[in-house]
Amino acid sequence: MSMSELPPFQALLDQHRDDVFRFLVASVGRQEAEDCLQETLLAALRAYPRLRDASNLRAWMLTIAHRKALDSHRARRRRPVPAEEIPARVAPQAADPAARDGEPSLWRAVRALSEKRRAAVLCRFAGDLSYAQIGAAMGISEDAARRNVHDGLKQLRGAWQG
Amino acid sequence: MNELERALNDGPALDAGAATRAQDAFAERAQAEGLVDVAYTTVESPIGDLLLATTERGLVRLSWIEPGLELDSLLGQLAGKISPRVLESPVRLDGVRRQLDEYFGGARKEFDLAVDFTLSHGFYRRALRSLERVPFGELTTYRAVATSAGNERAVRAAGNAVGSNPTPIVVPCHRVVRTGGALGGYGGGLDRKRFLLELEGSLAA
Repeated sequence: MSMSELPPFQALLDQHRDDVFRFLVASVGRQEAEDCLQETLLAALRAYPRLRDASNLRAWMLTIAHRKALDSHRARRRRPVPAEEIPARVAPQAADPAARDGEPSLWRAVRALSEKRRAAVLCRFAGDLSYAQIGAAMGISEDAARRNVHDGLKQLRGAWQG
Repeated sequence: MNELERALNDGPALDAGAATRAQDAFAERAQAEGLVDVAYTTVESPIGDLLLATTERGLVRLSWIEPGLELDSLLGQLAGKISPRVLESPVRLDGVRRQLDEYFGGARKEFDLAVDFTLSHGFYRRALRSLERVPFGELTTYRAVATSAGNERAVRAAGNAVGSNPTPIVVPCHRVVRTGGALGGYGGGLDRKRFLLELEGSLAA
């Protein structure tokens, strides 16, 4: 696919930014999501001119967001103090946005899933990716992606009281 | 799809303010790292809404936004011809916007702007560059433009070059008229050409 078929990067922002941000908030929480979105957009802009396949730019951006969310989770685990105990840096409303929906338990339960299950569940639902796309994003087979989504859902059903 | 899957599908509530804040911070870093190959903004003017776009080298595109020249397709052309790293960035065009405001307000007769002629080639580019020497309030002819560009017989090609000007107003193609004084054509329509020439006092209002 030639470069001339890539739309202006601004069009990607206009069309997919909110979906990518929602995906990141679900994955890493509100406090880390802003930094992750910055990193995701920068990585996307850096790589954009070399992108060969422009057929699914939304999936491409979500794949990058998935990797940035992983980086964030891993960095948080390396930190001596759990993120929950760090005072909110941003604004008073920086609490988990899910809390305002009256369903904080769901997003807490999502973040408590194992790395693979969380990523697979969020790519499938918040990201709306196919199992093949999830496999490609996570570097696992389509079957493994399906299994992780299935197991993740099962675990969430126990944790979430609808 | 069950209730759990629907809730997951909807995702957490969107905090658009936070997303915009992150996007602004991203845009600033992208500029600082030199990742924005084409920065653009849109402005209002007495002759309609305008797209302004710049590269590192200077103003590369100025266009009316109107039916047939939609913003999306204008930006798509820039992405294809220059680079897909196209980002809205009003700050990068503050100088251009200010000078245009002064020009339309009657306070500026000459643009002090770098122009990037990347989108024009060969004879066309030479023809357009020759217009930089035609000052406010004066007129030239298609024949004179052809001569300046190196081929005095290529009057029609000079007309095409002038008509394809990627940065009208700043590169003053509106100052080109026919030998004998008829207005000739204008890419943005004759009403706009008349408006600009009246503004410059070259045409009785």
